[in-house]
Amino acid sequence: MTQTAPILLTVDGLTKAYPGVVANSDVSFTIAEGEVHALLGENGAGKSTLVKMIYGLVRPDSGSMTLRGAPYEPSEPRAARADGVAMVFQHFSLFDALNVAENIALGMENPPPQSQLAARIRDVSETYGLPLDPAAIVGNLSAGERQRVEIIRCLLQDPKLLIMDEPTSVLTPQEVEILFETLRKLSAEGTAILYISHKLEEIRNLCDSATVLRLGKVVGTCNPREKTATELAEMMVGQILHVPVRAPRDVGDVVLEVKNLSAESPNAFGTSLKNVSFTVRAGEVLGICGVAGNGQDELLAALSGEVRADAGAVLVNGTPVGALGPNERRHLAILAAPEERLGHAAAPDMSLTENALLTGAIREKLTNHGFLKWPAIRAFAEKVIEEFDVRTPGAGNAARSLSGGNLQKFVVGREVLQRPDVLVVNQPTWGVDASAAAAIRQSLLDLTAEGAAVIVISQDLDELMEISDSFAALNEGRLTEPRPALGLTINEIGLMMGGAHGMEVAHV
Amino acid sequence: MDLSTINPVVLIATLMVAATPILLAATGELVAEKSGVLNLGVEGMMITGAICGFAVAVETGSPFFGFIAAAIGGALLSLIFGVLTQILLANQVATGLALTLFGLGLSALLGQSYAGIKPPSTFKLDMPLISDIPVLGPILFNHDLMVYVSIGLVALVWAALKYSRIGLVVRAVGENHEAAHALGYKVVRIRLLAIMFGGACAGLGGAYLSLIRVPQWTEGMTAGAGWIALAIVVFGSWKPWRVLLGAYLFGGVTGLQLNLQVAGADIPVEYLSMAPYLITIIVLVIMSADKSRAALSAPASLGKVFHATS
Repeated sequence: MTQTAPILLTVDGLTKAYPGVVANSDVSFTIAEGEVHALLGENGAGKSTLVKMIYGLVRPDSGSMTLRGAPYEPSEPRAARADGVAMVFQHFSLFDALNVAENIALGMENPPPQSQLAARIRDVSETYGLPLDPAAIVGNLSAGERQRVEIIRCLLQDPKLLIMDEPTSVLTPQEVEILFETLRKLSAEGTAILYISHKLEEIRNLCDSATVLRLGKVVGTCNPREKTATELAEMMVGQILHVPVRAPRDVGDVVLEVKNLSAESPNAFGTSLKNVSFTVRAGEVLGICGVAGNGQDELLAALSGEVRADAGAVLVNGTPVGALGPNERRHLAILAAPEERLGHAAAPDMSLTENALLTGAIREKLTNHGFLKWPAIRAFAEKVIEEFDVRTPGAGNAARSLSGGNLQKFVVGREVLQRPDVLVVNQPTWGVDASAAAAIRQSLLDLTAEGAAVIVISQDLDELMEISDSFAALNEGRLTEPRPALGLTINEIGLMMGGAHGMEVAHV
Repeated sequence: MDLSTINPVVLIATLMVAATPILLAATGELVAEKSGVLNLGVEGMMITGAICGFAVAVETGSPFFGFIAAAIGGALLSLIFGVLTQILLANQVATGLALTLFGLGLSALLGQSYAGIKPPSTFKLDMPLISDIPVLGPILFNHDLMVYVSIGLVALVWAALKYSRIGLVVRAVGENHEAAHALGYKVVRIRLLAIMFGGACAGLGGAYLSLIRVPQWTEGMTAGAGWIALAIVVFGSWKPWRVLLGAYLFGGVTGLQLNLQVAGADIPVEYLSMAPYLITIIVLVIMSADKSRAALSAPASLGKVFHATS
């Protein structure tokens, strides 16, 4: 970015309050044409609300915006798109059952006929090195390919400002590099990019300037290339971060052994497990990485007992458990915390007390001949809330009323406190702020110090590098041979995850 | 039993007539479900259309106005469902069931003075030359206008869903309402329109029963046709031409059943009357046994409450 580039967007004093919480308070910043501007902040810092206002999905309570010198007040996304503002969403706004061309047509104001559109899609995808088949059904695409659909949908409208909300959370390191090439190319052509992330290295790598948000307020603006990642993190969190520490410990006998585990996915668009084999010893953390949708949910289901397999495919301390259901496995101290918090890990409309009972009944002996022991259940729920710092008015509140991060702490804490021998967690810190994430990781490490075998499935490579003893990757339902985590480079991990999934680097 | 009394040509011609009310209602429901709305009130909307159409046709002497009134009546009734489920966010299943009961009661009230009256007869399409062609003539060219309207409607819905912008938006809303909202589409408005289209089609189907097929007004005369229409949408896996096939198959079984009774089949009449419904259930069970296929073709947001959070 050159210092003389004209200002594209000015955001001045935007404020948005929801009942009980001020999402944005007096937020101001500017973006120049061709600038890559980072919006940095923890979950709940108000980044999403801010970009939704810029994209016309949410109306600000007060404050104003100026786009290329003219007042800019988009009343709906259509108006924002007409003014040259496009957005790639964090949770893709795609339609699984429709094909690529139809998905792209839905995001355009006046789409050309399908045949012409298909040609233009091929054209743009060639130019930016993002190959796509216009006739492919989106439900069958990988996460990286789905993101390409979103990006091309935006590019076809020739945007002046491209908003990207956490674009790399679903990509392999190689795919991230390809995405960055595309973004740099766009920026060189004069398109401004508003890049939202909490991954500091990426921002230092890509962005020209950064606005840091904390609790809805701007707490700083800086050039991220001149700051260290630690400095940025402290601006973001407002305090010194505690890195989880690993107590020295001896690795014990093999606790969990998985041999040639194959299982059909229960979902139509899911990935079936194919011949998965690994072992986990007492006191060991096995980190399993992989791009979303490569069999993570299915692996957790097969280990927790939601999906049954051959009895001999899963052995715990030598006992075959592959054919047992979740409750029988809980008796044997095999516990799991799935990724989807609302509806899978917790029943949204039931209270925390009731949710504590749902998985804790067996290990914590919360029932008596079929009758519920309410005082004991309440005590257990309160213990989870207390020890994992779950912010809620009380255990009687519905799970739905908690923020994502708080519910995640509850869900993981509920399993950790049941003293499992084997614990499987999927995305344990997804959507949790940095200090709480550190606390959750610490609790997993503490668990291994007591001799448990822990399997962490995650898409956050930094998290896995921090806590894993050994490392394996899921790719299209197959698991790579686990390798010691010590000494692995990001590049090697990327290759384990399947490299760039057939993507090519942009022909810049 | 004398099977030779069953004339296949007549059988096919009757099955098209027997299937038309169900086909009309099922096509309308297909559009509503494609937009993500499960309206179980088809039966209620059909019977309301039946009496609205009957009453207006008798009063004006014109079956044409009768059908128009039936469509409007069905659409208005479905609008109650639409407001309750889309704006007041009521549960779709419960509201749909209530709509059926409400429609049955309302039609009985409206129809009190119309029992036993004969409606004005509907113009039949007169195609002198081609309707005399053996076999093809009676099957294809010897029906009342509504049979052709219903087939045209299926073609229209199919083409609109597949090729038109509005069809794409309807499918998108039914597939993922959150994403459609994020892209700036008016989910609630689109669904209300789809619900009203479904209501109008169900109304036409009802009026076909009271004005052409029976033709007279009796309380509860739809006798479960609305429920069969709902089943046929699933049977047809939300595809218009398969819905047509399903409706004709059902019409065929009904017709065959009547023919078998006439032929003196040695089976109690009750079993024969049961047959179409029994076969529908069996086919549905077979269809949905393959979970992945059923899950793939069903609109992903079907029956889910949409509440714009941002």
